[in-house]
Amino acid sequence: MTMLSGWGRTPWVMGHERLSEDLASACRDAALTRGLGRSYGDASLPARSGGIVAGSRRADCVLAFDRVRGVLRAEAGMSLSDLTELVRPLGWSCPVVPGTGQVTLGGMVAADVHGKNHHVAGTLGQHVTGLLLLVADGRELVVGPTDEPELFDATLGGMGLTGHILEVELQLQAIPSPWIRLEEQPVADLEALLGALRAASDSWPYTVAWVDALATGAALGRGVVMKGRWAETDELVTALPRPPRERTLPFEPPEWALGRTSVGLFDACYYHAHRLRPRRGIVHPDAFFHPLDALHDWNRLYGRRGFVQHQCMLPGDDVADTVRRLLTALVARNGSSFLTVIKDCGAEGRGLLSFPCAGVSVALDLPMRGAATQALIDELNEIVIAASGRIYLAKDALTRPEHFAAMEPRVAAWNTVRRAWDPDGKLKSALSVRLLGDSP
Amino acid sequence: MKVVLLGATRGLGRSLARVMAARGERLCLAGRDDAALAKSARDLEARGAAGTVETVRCDLSVPATFAAALDQADALLEGFDTVVVTAALHLPQDQLEQDPEFCDEMLAVNFAHTLRFCEEARTRLLARGGGTLCVYSSVSGDRGRQQVSLYGATKAGLSRYLESLDHAHRAQGLVTICVKPGFIHTSMTEGMQPPPFAGQPDPVARRVMKAIDRGWPVVYAPPIWSLVMFVIKRLPRAVMRRMKF
Repeated sequence: MTMLSGWGRTPWVMGHERLSEDLASACRDAALTRGLGRSYGDASLPARSGGIVAGSRRADCVLAFDRVRGVLRAEAGMSLSDLTELVRPLGWSCPVVPGTGQVTLGGMVAADVHGKNHHVAGTLGQHVTGLLLLVADGRELVVGPTDEPELFDATLGGMGLTGHILEVELQLQAIPSPWIRLEEQPVADLEALLGALRAASDSWPYTVAWVDALATGAALGRGVVMKGRWAETDELVTALPRPPRERTLPFEPPEWALGRTSVGLFDACYYHAHRLRPRRGIVHPDAFFHPLDALHDWNRLYGRRGFVQHQCMLPGDDVADTVRRLLTALVARNGSSFLTVIKDCGAEGRGLLSFPCAGVSVALDLPMRGAATQALIDELNEIVIAASGRIYLAKDALTRPEHFAAMEPRVAAWNTVRRAWDPDGKLKSALSVRLLGDSP
Repeated sequence: MKVVLLGATRGLGRSLARVMAARGERLCLAGRDDAALAKSARDLEARGAAGTVETVRCDLSVPATFAAALDQADALLEGFDTVVVTAALHLPQDQLEQDPEFCDEMLAVNFAHTLRFCEEARTRLLARGGGTLCVYSSVSGDRGRQQVSLYGATKAGLSRYLESLDHAHRAQGLVTICVKPGFIHTSMTEGMQPPPFAGQPDPVARRVMKAIDRGWPVVYAPPIWSLVMFVIKRLPRAVMRRMKF
């Protein structure tokens, strides 16, 4: 029995993580599979204290790799960083790269992850050619875009609640070089930021914006838009960049270290440093896609009580007012967000509960401060509901079920498919108990 | 390198095999579960191992299989030069005491049978002028400890045997490497309370690879254990009696 928690270190549950190289046998009788535990909240936690979750991370074999066509089939516990290390030197990349490499293929499918290229590549589900799924009645099913398509669609973004994902087959993306061409564009306010993101999406496959969340008044929404693409071989420089140096946090800092003053100071310094000297040129892809992975345990920065992330999707083009309301609410409630990210997304994928849709996604990292944080999340969620938006289940820890129901009219259709394959409700998680009304 | 690995479908052996595959070595996996062997072989091929990764059936609990398995591996690899043994049995002490049958098997497999297998490998390597024999023992064999008397005894015997081989045959070209891992998070240690300095399999594999390249006779992993054991080996018995580990 150990303390299990997500990346945010809150909430936690005493439970047993059954790890094995043989994933199918570890999954028997388990209500959920957990990968590397990088979902922030309670998505990877057992439904009740003392519960068992299967751990997939030791089931990480490559089952087949076609180096010519770029099709890779692997066990669900293989991590993205492991996959990248294998395929990148051969001219391939995972077509969708989320903000960390420390996620498993199974977890990426379950959350139907997106990356900086969502506006051109969609979510990971668009590139999954097949899954091996252990469903509640004990059968192992091949599931894909044409095999059991309804179950496939419910599994993309289904948070592992439709079956245990045992194997994943992916179509990789061919890349001209293993380096990234980066261009930064500082922007002085929110309108400029959203405009720059939209303009960049026409010509750049990877775009994202970092926001100084504590800037107020005319500077509200100022930040840095980052644009990237795979470098062509003829633009490579002789001194190629090195991967970021990996470190671990030597001690857990006190909570005030990421308080409002220090975060405000850091954000202002970061903004002005990049305003005066925006980075451009060839960078290492790890530094571009996973800047935080270099600090292995950066989640400890938030101290013992942990942190939550609020990531919402605001549909449509006209979102500036809503984003402004979110940032104003954050500042008004005396909150701080160390890492604030805005990304404009493309069309919705086929996953029934998949998070992204055409619009803008806003992510705020919030230190966990008990009731105050709950109240802040409630207020943010009410703003999201008013804008017909939704939240990202892979990040969520504190959303109330009534708020979730108001955001997600899609749940009914998803639940119908889910119940058809799991009529007795064998598969569940702490998240499904909190938000979907499953019995613990 | 042409390497035969016994126990490479799981844990520390799997990690080491992947490090070797990434370097493009020629590999042959020996083990008793055909499906697991085939799966690991395809994985290692995708990760860069040279040519086809071969598999041979070999069960450490059945010494009669050893000679045939090594001959078959030899034929498939057209002469191996390195043999790695990571396979072993393990249970915490209290469970061993309650399960005498498993305990007997563990004592046989970890000590007598492992030595039998090493003897078969040794004679074949010596016949061709040497090579490397790398065997995973454990830090628990370095000192008599309260909590691991049975498992620790098998590893103590194994470590001493490997030391003798190294003394006897290094001049003839056979390098014997005794790996002494501390507590590492693998399926073998699943469910046990990790002590301080618990490690992960991949750094252990990288360190062992270095030891094989350089011919280090003894390698502690993670490296901090060489310091820990340096101290523990020098503690008086009166102190060891009081230490509950």
